[in-house]
Amino acid sequence: MQKSGPLLFVYRAYMVIFFIFLVSPLVAAGVFAFNDSMFPSLPWQGFTWDWFFSPVEPKLGLFHDDRLLQGMGNSLYIGLIVATLSVAAGTCNAFLFERKQFPFKNALYVLMVVPLVIPGVILGISILVFASMVANFADAQFGLFLTWLRPGIPLVVMGQFSFLTTITSLVIAARLQKFDISLEEAALNLGASRLRVLLTVTLPFLFPAMFSAFVVAFLVSFENFNTTLMLVGSDAPLTITMYDRMVKVGSTPVLNAVSVVLMLGSGLLALLSVVAQRPKKSA
Amino acid sequence: MSRDASRLSLILLFAPFVLWIGLLIILPQVGIGYTSLREKISWNEYSFGLKNYVDFLGEPVYRNTLLRTAWMSILVTALALVMGFPIAYYIAKIARERSRAALFLMCLIPLWVSDLVRAYGWIVLLRETGVISTALVKWGIINQPIEMLYNDMTVIIGLVYTVILFMIVPLVSTLQGMDDALLEAGYNLGGSRLTVLRRIIIPYAMPGIVSGCIITFMLTAGSYLTPILLGGKNSSWFTEQIYNQFITRYNWESGSAFGVALLVFTSFVVWAGLRLTGQSLATTVAKD
Repeated sequence: MQKSGPLLFVYRAYMVIFFIFLVSPLVAAGVFAFNDSMFPSLPWQGFTWDWFFSPVEPKLGLFHDDRLLQGMGNSLYIGLIVATLSVAAGTCNAFLFERKQFPFKNALYVLMVVPLVIPGVILGISILVFASMVANFADAQFGLFLTWLRPGIPLVVMGQFSFLTTITSLVIAARLQKFDISLEEAALNLGASRLRVLLTVTLPFLFPAMFSAFVVAFLVSFENFNTTLMLVGSDAPLTITMYDRMVKVGSTPVLNAVSVVLMLGSGLLALLSVVAQRPKKSA
Repeated sequence: MSRDASRLSLILLFAPFVLWIGLLIILPQVGIGYTSLREKISWNEYSFGLKNYVDFLGEPVYRNTLLRTAWMSILVTALALVMGFPIAYYIAKIARERSRAALFLMCLIPLWVSDLVRAYGWIVLLRETGVISTALVKWGIINQPIEMLYNDMTVIIGLVYTVILFMIVPLVSTLQGMDDALLEAGYNLGGSRLTVLRRIIIPYAMPGIVSGCIITFMLTAGSYLTPILLGGKNSSWFTEQIYNQFITRYNWESGSAFGVALLVFTSFVVWAGLRLTGQSLATTVAKD
């Protein structure tokens, strides 16, 4: 490269400053979970695990705080359902757009991408409004009480599913595009049934992409705030519980403890998805 | 495969797509469009008209909030591009093969952390009793603690932080495809660094730039947490107005009108961006 010494040095310095900028709020959020103080701020009062494990009030630890644990449970539950559904739908979409020919394919492909460019808040309110319209209609016309169409976990699942499916579809379709169709033909010539080819040849090939799509969907669902905020009922997921705590009670280091757990959890999952993608590169 | 079986599998694959796009995307958008045209007269009695939109345009607070959100989102997008481009270029072209993947992964770290945690980290750093203020007092650089939260500057920094990864990722993947020979040819033909940047690198990276800008802009304009937590009560962000109309005031009709206004506005900016640069949604956003 045509880069001279001092210029390259300045460039490197900029890179370093940028990475400090990237990690500093994360470090700040993490470190103060271990500060033996009532507030997440300096001065440093010594190291403690209290904000994780203390069972008594002034410093009620995360693992004894029922509301936060409940929120975490709800997030886990929602995340698993949403990830499963969106990977299933994403796989169908991948086959649809990679393998099938049909009219208006390009326009429909654009439609598939559109949920990514609709702001999350709008997705949230539009699903809220539409679900209420359907529920009111069912109530007025048939006397049915469709409580699952009122704010609550089912609506949160639908809201997150609506944009996560685009992500999973794109990830899985990218992998399917690399598939060598002659493998399927060979299996068919050798006498395998269509279903068997799908189960033993094509799906195993797609599995790494499906797995990492699942992990990404789960993480994004776990962290989602904007769409969820509009659709949430009484069973609030963790991000909403944490936000409530932040706004109403003010910040205590227990929120830092939550941050640490979230960062560790998503770090591990991210690593897992990277490892799952690895064989793809050598293949 | 017989024609019938092929047709059947097409229908089976189409069904989830239609249900998803129809029930969760198109009909809900039609739903808020419809609701935004209604006006509540009394309980369960509505009339149709543009009143919600007239109210929106007639009330300077609402109008200005949308304009302010738009202006700040464009500023954040521009800043993210200017800050992110050198980073992406370094990762794609200057870093050695081995450190490239590590640098790229490091860039992605904040992506895996919730918005909420990131904003919370900034609060811990920047507030009056926060880390930076306390440290500066201790070192004698300032005399008394200063509040660094709740101003526009902080909101912009926080937003750039939140969205810059979505700028870097598409830029890296586009720049990685660029052949170094192009640059060498540019230099050999006597181009200065600036000329090579302007005439070769930037045109080549255009799809990445456009896709990064679109995603960044949409995320910024639609963001809720960062402006509210870092900007405080007077952040006047448009999504906050939508939330207030819906949840606090329970005025769904006017909230829907606000939602439609935001959607129309952001779609217009995206459309104008695509038009000006001659790109399409399928080739930019869908690429990564």
